[in-house]
Amino acid sequence: MVALFQSQENIVGEVVIEPIQGKKVEHNGVKIELLGQIELYFDRGNFYDFTSLVRELDVPGELYERKTYPFEFSTVEMPYESYNGVNVRLRYILKVTISRNYVSNIVEYQDFVVRNYTPPPSINNSIKMEVGIEDCLHIEFEYSKSKYHLKDVIIGKIYFLLVRIKLKNMELEIRRRESTGSGPNTYVETETLAKFELMDGAPVRGESIPIRLFLSPYELTPTYRNINNKFCVKYYLNLVLVDEEDRRYFKQQEITVYRLLET
Amino acid sequence: MMLNGAEDEEKWLAEGIAGIQHNAFYMHRALDSNNLREALKYSAQMLSELRTSKLSPHKYYDLYMRAFDELRKLEIFFKDEGKHGVSVVDLYELVQHAGNILPRLYLLCTVGSVYIKSKEAPAKEVLKDLVEMCRGVQHPLRGLFLRSYLAQVSRDKLPDIGSEYEGDADTVMDAVEFVLQNFTEMNKLWVRMQHQGPGRLREKREKERNELRDLVGKNLHVLSQIEGVDLEMYKETVLPRVLEQVVNCKDDLSQYYLMDCIIQVFPDEYHLQTLETLLGACPQLQPTVDIKTVLSRLMDRLSNYAASSADVLPEFLQVEAFAKLSNAIGKVIEAQVDMPAVGAITLYVSLLTFTLRVHPDRLDYVDLVLGACVKKLSSIPKLDDSRATKQVVALLSAPLEKYNDIVTALTLSNYPRVMDHLDNGTNKVMAMVIIQSIMKNNTCISTVDKVEVLFELIKGLIKDTDGADVDELDEEDFKDEQNAVARLIHMLYNNEPEEMLKIICTVRKHTMAGGPKRLPFTVPSLVFSALRLIRQLQGQEGDIVGEEVPATPKKIFQLLNQIIEDLSNVPSPELALRLSLQCAEAANDCDLEHVAYEFFTQAFVLYEEEIADSKAQVTAIHLIIGTLQRMNVFGVENRDTLTHKATGYSARLLKKPDQCRAVYACSHLFWVDDQDGIKDGERVLLCLKRALRIANAAQQMANVARGSSGPVTLFVEILNKYLYFFEKGNQQITGAAIQGLIELINTEKQNDSATPDSASDAFLASTMRYIQFQRQKGGIMGR
Repeated sequence: MVALFQSQENIVGEVVIEPIQGKKVEHNGVKIELLGQIELYFDRGNFYDFTSLVRELDVPGELYERKTYPFEFSTVEMPYESYNGVNVRLRYILKVTISRNYVSNIVEYQDFVVRNYTPPPSINNSIKMEVGIEDCLHIEFEYSKSKYHLKDVIIGKIYFLLVRIKLKNMELEIRRRESTGSGPNTYVETETLAKFELMDGAPVRGESIPIRLFLSPYELTPTYRNINNKFCVKYYLNLVLVDEEDRRYFKQQEITVYRLLET
Repeated sequence: MMLNGAEDEEKWLAEGIAGIQHNAFYMHRALDSNNLREALKYSAQMLSELRTSKLSPHKYYDLYMRAFDELRKLEIFFKDEGKHGVSVVDLYELVQHAGNILPRLYLLCTVGSVYIKSKEAPAKEVLKDLVEMCRGVQHPLRGLFLRSYLAQVSRDKLPDIGSEYEGDADTVMDAVEFVLQNFTEMNKLWVRMQHQGPGRLREKREKERNELRDLVGKNLHVLSQIEGVDLEMYKETVLPRVLEQVVNCKDDLSQYYLMDCIIQVFPDEYHLQTLETLLGACPQLQPTVDIKTVLSRLMDRLSNYAASSADVLPEFLQVEAFAKLSNAIGKVIEAQVDMPAVGAITLYVSLLTFTLRVHPDRLDYVDLVLGACVKKLSSIPKLDDSRATKQVVALLSAPLEKYNDIVTALTLSNYPRVMDHLDNGTNKVMAMVIIQSIMKNNTCISTVDKVEVLFELIKGLIKDTDGADVDELDEEDFKDEQNAVARLIHMLYNNEPEEMLKIICTVRKHTMAGGPKRLPFTVPSLVFSALRLIRQLQGQEGDIVGEEVPATPKKIFQLLNQIIEDLSNVPSPELALRLSLQCAEAANDCDLEHVAYEFFTQAFVLYEEEIADSKAQVTAIHLIIGTLQRMNVFGVENRDTLTHKATGYSARLLKKPDQCRAVYACSHLFWVDDQDGIKDGERVLLCLKRALRIANAAQQMANVARGSSGPVTLFVEILNKYLYFFEKGNQQITGAAIQGLIELINTEKQNDSATPDSASDAFLASTMRYIQFQRQKGGIMGR
């Protein structure tokens, strides 16, 4: 279990230090830090702290017995959500450091998760498109929205204008594209999170196939456009038509995923 | 590879069944432990077995039924929220998470059924959603079964009138809309099957499709079962929508089946009230559709409906059912140029049956149908298709059966025209049917016009048809036919002599064309028919004195004379002779001496010139004698001439015994036992004596030829004649003469011991007993 916060929240708590019975701890001060880190796996060991707040809890001295330090970070700005991706991790940590001379510092970490909610977008157009291969296949598809919250349902339909190839089935895939780094060091990782069969068999001209895909069973995150210039996570709907020779025809459309602020 | 097809299929089916059983086992476990997640997982896996493309419809059905049974258990589990703890609304979403569409939709339909039952959402919403979502399965076989499953689970949950699912928002219209949509989609899938796969398997595919047709038709059945589908809704919504689909699918198999289905599942009164719409669709169907069967069935149904109760007949009139059907048939025949004759005629037969049942009083309709048929047939001179012929016979027989009265059929102007299109053999069969109908019903044909028409109808029997192969005729059949015609002639009767004469003339006109083989059969009937008229006239004579009567016996006799002459030319002299004698007798009764004389002359001429066979001569001479004996119209001179002739011919017969018998028969010519009859005892005696002489001569000849004189039969016979005339008071016959004859016989008997003949002995003995008896009685014989 991890604590969950969102941006602008007060992160309040206490740190308890209890030396081993009968021993004392000499220190050069106790501090607590709130860190927002981005960790890129291909660049191991490198952390980028985009947020770093410090609270001094104690001046240098000695500890003989259990001591409790309340702390508070007020209205912390945490613009990014915690994220655990293929090549990148974004985490929030509370880090307590007991600084000492000559020996290594005592450091404790506590992860917490941040999720940020957004209200429903004011503009949410449908995605509508006609695509095709000349004289072979013409379809028109429509997704009712371009922006979906995490528990949303994708509603839409595919309309077959021309079918001259023998289709076997049709699927809708939800793909996550995570790109990290920048410039020549950009790493792109694409995962297919959902393969959802929309159609079985070969339609004829004029058929319209409904789409209804519930997003809740899939582990999506909101779309992250540009996280501190380090990475971004985007979602795509990939409509795939498979013919009898297992050739695949597809069309990919980006959708925006957001975390709905429940009202 | 093809050889193993069936085997492989068995294997695939077995694998599928195993897969279902395996997953069903785990599903049951999950159900028992109320584990929804597992239940969904295993049921989806189980349903995945239905995704196979390897099975034929038949085998797939097997698989489907197994899955179906399992889904029932799942449905029961779904219903019990207490067990799985998820509201039905959530459940409805949950099952849609399945990645594969086929299992997903089966589950969705299953939950949907529970959803409707729970009434947490309006039935129409759920139904609409289900039927829409099922579009995802475009594979014909799988789609058909899926939608069939949907139809099955929703059947008892339609918001029909009076159903518990009917509400403010849910009306029967929604139910209809749902079923119609499912039907449309299923039919589309079904039709599409035809166009998939290689062309060479077309036949197999058609067979397979046929196995599936009831899945589609079931929807129509459901529609017909919906209470709320009243005539209005049927007329405005159901029928037009169904027909639209039928017409648009452009598939002959489907069109034929569905049209038939519509006709069979919906009530007759609906059909009647929507005839125009229903029939309007027919010409729009594919040319290869067997519309005739469809229409025939429709008409059969309507006919039965009409027959079921007289109350419904006004409905038929009100909607002008006949006109509409007739019109539709015309259009169909016009549209389907390639329809074989048999098809068109079958249609007409059905229409005719319909007409006869529904409008028995409308002969004009019947004629109209026949006329239309003639029109169609006129494009082909003679039918050579046996099935078509059969249909024509059915067409022609129907009015006869219905009206039990050929007279009705005779008023149908197109009736003979249809018959003309039959081949000779069938034409005869039909003619026989007509005659049999007349006989069976004892129908009297009483006007010349009708007789004319009738003979036109049965002309196949009356005369040789052009080109008919005479050798082919079966003698037996021919006899039967001609006997039938002969019997028929007796059914042509009118009480009015004038009309009757006309009838006779007409019959004569037709029968005389029949040729030598037919005349012997038909002429006797004709003659006797004429003679009957003569006797009738004779009976009426007193009443019609002074009037100008066109039909007089004299005239008729002239006619008869010609007829017989024709017959003798055939030649059929013996028959002609008999008929002449009949006529003579009739003339005698009419007091027409000359006529009678004429007929006798004719008879004698025939005897002299035409009858050469000795046996025939014997018969003929006896007939002549017998007839002549009864004649009382002749004056002395004429009578003498004729009796002279008769006795003369008698004595000139070939065999002595024949001579003898004829001569003693002639004795009766001189002794007519009437009040005014001639009684010339002397000539009687002469005849008898002559007979005796001949008998003696015969005896002697026999002695010479065979060494024995043979039986005394002739003598005994003559003795009997003696006795007869003696009793009748002929003075020339004396007891002494009789006594002498008896002695003669006895002497002869003694001479002829060689060949005792029991018959003649017995004859003699009984004759003697008779004499004895009469003596004892003391009558005239006593002396």
